[in-house]
Amino acid sequence: MEKTYYNPEDLKKFGNVGEFQKDLADKFFDYYGTVFADSALSAREKSLIALAVAHAVQCPYCIDAYTEDSLEKGYSEEQMMEAVHVAVAIRGGASLVHGVQMMNKVDKLSM
Amino acid sequence: MKSLIAQSHSLSDPKVQIEVINNHNDRVKSLDKFEKKLDEINLFPLKPTGIEIFQINVGYMCNMTCKHCHVDAGPDRQEIMTKETLQYCIDALKDSDIQTVDLTGGAPEMNPHFRWFVDEVSKMGKHVIVRSNLTILDTRKFEDLPQFMADRGVEITCSLPFYSKRRTDMQRGVGTYDKSMKILKVLNEIGYGKKETGLLLNLVYNPVGAFLPGDQNSLREQYKERLWEDHGIIFNDLYTITNLPISRYLNFLVESGNLEDYMEKLITSFNPGAAQGVMCRNTISIGWDGALYDCDFNQMLQLKTNHGAPDHIKQWDLEKLNSREIIVNQHCFGCTAGAGSSCGGAVT
Repeated sequence: MEKTYYNPEDLKKFGNVGEFQKDLADKFFDYYGTVFADSALSAREKSLIALAVAHAVQCPYCIDAYTEDSLEKGYSEEQMMEAVHVAVAIRGGASLVHGVQMMNKVDKLSM
Repeated sequence: MKSLIAQSHSLSDPKVQIEVINNHNDRVKSLDKFEKKLDEINLFPLKPTGIEIFQINVGYMCNMTCKHCHVDAGPDRQEIMTKETLQYCIDALKDSDIQTVDLTGGAPEMNPHFRWFVDEVSKMGKHVIVRSNLTILDTRKFEDLPQFMADRGVEITCSLPFYSKRRTDMQRGVGTYDKSMKILKVLNEIGYGKKETGLLLNLVYNPVGAFLPGDQNSLREQYKERLWEDHGIIFNDLYTITNLPISRYLNFLVESGNLEDYMEKLITSFNPGAAQGVMCRNTISIGWDGALYDCDFNQMLQLKTNHGAPDHIKQWDLEKLNSREIIVNQHCFGCTAGAGSSCGGAVT
């Protein structure tokens, strides 16, 4: 067994997932490439969205990859951290908005 | 900060640098060799397409000591091209159709014969490019140089590794960004960067860290927007240049534990199209002592032109140089990664 669940070297093996279900992997990577191409949004804009989402889903591989990609695409440290805060705000807000559900239940159960 | 050579650092020795980029450890040793990649696309041995750019490194002295500098330049470097050697360069240029003379360093302005040489070459009708660090022009001794260069139609290509102060100062030293903005405004005031004057002002982006440059067009637009909105500065073009694993940048890669990943990234990003257009195919590099090299990077690794071609400006022979074999090694992957890299930016 590996000493850690996450190994940075494993990111380079991402393409190997095709060894077990090639068709599905091929479709995924093809789709992935299309998603990140310049289109209605630029590849640059998508890189920053990916950085934020990487933090929301807390994927260390994605954080490494899109930190480097964001640097390459010319984002400043301030812009990158603001993107992370967007993820944080949505995650925090998603928890907090459930407070309304809690309040509704309190109302229902209370005299 | 002292230069590596003043620190007697092992990486100031070109032989050690070549050993590190080839054999630093098992992982580096196992990486594909540049010669092999060229061979796979029938480009080995690499031959010139014809010399169009005469790039002279007029000395390693500089007023700055940037962390990424492949020259290991700095105030403590004493290597300066003499007037005699500059005269050999003029003699070589007289007998050739080469139109572009590219002056680099160090800070090329610090060569005591800089003004004389620019005058002489301009009189010959050659196009002169000066690679300036900008901050040198913010000193009393050199403050009249912008006008001097403007009067002679000199193209200025200057370093600005990022549009933000934080990242620029991180690489080039505290205060660099503010001085650079000040001098860019001076250059704009005398007509540099303005289409109607024809005075070309180009900026050089290079990554502040162990990553590759992004898309040149996208970065140019970001720089244009930020420099105009934040400072009212304009410029003509932006060149993205990849950091090559040489000298101080190599030292940074080793010390930060990034060498293996960086080399691997350069190699997996090998672009055959970029390899076709590498600058050593149309450039000759002249060292401060008159020695000839395929490029400024080979100069820093002391890999002189060979295979029967002359290796000193005194033996200048354009025909032999145009049929030489270019010396390559693992650092060359820096010029062939992604969109490619040259002194004029991306090559594809």
